[in-house]
Amino acid sequence: MEALAGERMIRYDARGLVEIDDVVPKISEIDGEKAVFDAKELTTRKINLELRWLLYEQGVKDVTVLNPGAKHSLGVGILTRCKITFDGSLGYFGCGVIDGPEIHIKGRVGWSVCENMMSGVVVIDSNAGSLTGAAMRGGDLVVKGKVGARTGVDQKGGTIIVLGRAGTMTGFMLQRGRMIFCDDVGAGLGDSMYDGTIYVAGKVRSLGIDCVPGEWTEADTELIERKFRIHGLGSPPDFQKFVCGKKLYNYDNLEPSERKLVL
Amino acid sequence: MCGIAGIIYRNDGGAHSVGHDMTRMLQSMKHRGPDSTGYALYGPAQKLVIMRYTLADANDPRDFDFEQRLEHHKNEVETRLRLLGATIHDVERETGYAYRVTFDYDGELKKVTDVVEDVPNAEVLSLGHSLEIVKDLGDAEQVAEQYGLDGFVGTHAIGHVRMATESDVDISGAHPYWAYPFGDVAVVHNGQLTNYFQWKHRLERNGHRFQSECDSEVIAVYLAEKMSDGYSLEDAMRESLDELDGVFTYICVTGDALGVAKDQMAAKPLVLYEADDIVALASEEIAIRAIVDHEIETWDPYEGEVMVWKR
Repeated sequence: MEALAGERMIRYDARGLVEIDDVVPKISEIDGEKAVFDAKELTTRKINLELRWLLYEQGVKDVTVLNPGAKHSLGVGILTRCKITFDGSLGYFGCGVIDGPEIHIKGRVGWSVCENMMSGVVVIDSNAGSLTGAAMRGGDLVVKGKVGARTGVDQKGGTIIVLGRAGTMTGFMLQRGRMIFCDDVGAGLGDSMYDGTIYVAGKVRSLGIDCVPGEWTEADTELIERKFRIHGLGSPPDFQKFVCGKKLYNYDNLEPSERKLVL
Repeated sequence: MCGIAGIIYRNDGGAHSVGHDMTRMLQSMKHRGPDSTGYALYGPAQKLVIMRYTLADANDPRDFDFEQRLEHHKNEVETRLRLLGATIHDVERETGYAYRVTFDYDGELKKVTDVVEDVPNAEVLSLGHSLEIVKDLGDAEQVAEQYGLDGFVGTHAIGHVRMATESDVDISGAHPYWAYPFGDVAVVHNGQLTNYFQWKHRLERNGHRFQSECDSEVIAVYLAEKMSDGYSLEDAMRESLDELDGVFTYICVTGDALGVAKDQMAAKPLVLYEADDIVALASEEIAIRAIVDHEIETWDPYEGEVMVWKR
């Protein structure tokens, strides 16, 4: 488990940004399966080491991190089922590449939160920056405030729910999964999307290339009601549905090199 | 990558340690640009004209007669100012090659710049009744210590940490840029402009001059020209969204206002904190947290947005 805890794994660091020989601070107050620690004086790496130590080695299932102070890359790469509460804001790349945890962020997050998230639930009480849920593959991401531009770019699964406004190029190159926006979205919604579904309750400034209104089905109503119920978001507003028009699809055409093999 | 920051105090003008606050903001974003750090600070407006200029770069070789040459050029600058009819009040040598001069002068500021910059290696960083631009190589703490900025008291400021992409690592490539020849206007920029040469040539034909090879300088001069045509700061910035091409988030400051503009793609970050007593904005929230100790609500401005705050 030492390797998982992240100690002594990084051997080369040309830019001098990583604290190579850092050790776990072990400052948490542990109470059974619960733990709490103050991150105010800790560096990013120390906070992440502490989190891993608690979750992987101390059998803790519920961690509260106080004063995260908008530091970057906190709570990344957590691959176990657990509960984490950040009592404050995160910087860029918060909770990236996670698989399993249930995370509650009581403040705001910067760019690229939950990038490549595999599964789990992340709830953000305030606003989020751009690239929220980029390349996300599974799980639920709920933002109760506004989000910046390019939310869910390259999303490959899971559900993103945003209660506030969203910026330009939302759902750019969406490949699979669902996005639910309860307020207005910016220009170029779903530009070049491959598949997946976007629901919008507010105004859409403009649709992107190959993004078209979709036909509403029972399954859509069921999905939205279920997601709102699970996350306690009240009764859902009326949504419009947008899907891929599949006019940009050229998948049946083989690459020149492949064609040679076939012929 | 670059990091930009701005701060404007909205209550009672004057007594805020803006130098110290800006240093903390910029130092917390050091990872966004370790090449150089720059400040545009606004002290209390005064009758005297404040000029900050350099006579050499931190990179310049210190050859045999370096000191002598510097002294000679410095005297030349002062002689020329006197010939223009300015009464020099005070001259401070801030660091080996950077000077701060205050003088009484009623004429055209453009003339002062042109005459001073005619002295070999002289470069006017800022000119105005309250604006002072300080920029040098190194991180915020190094620059602040070198120029004694911790004690700077003022009303608003912008700052920049630079990761050089388009031009050299030297003082003339560092931000902020003074909007020559307009006193008290400065710009910091995060991004790249793709129609830089077009605008540079266009503005040069109109008689403007460029200190550097850096694309960001064009924004300062562009806004200066718009404002000379009668545009307000906000209108000039709105116009820039259509006329400047590329990715950018920039902050422009004048003697009493601070404005921010973001391009149509929202490609460069900006986080905004707006309260009754202070407006702080930066590329990363961590910079705002460095000066505000309580829990705050911050958000990202949207694409194509222009916002201006008056102090």
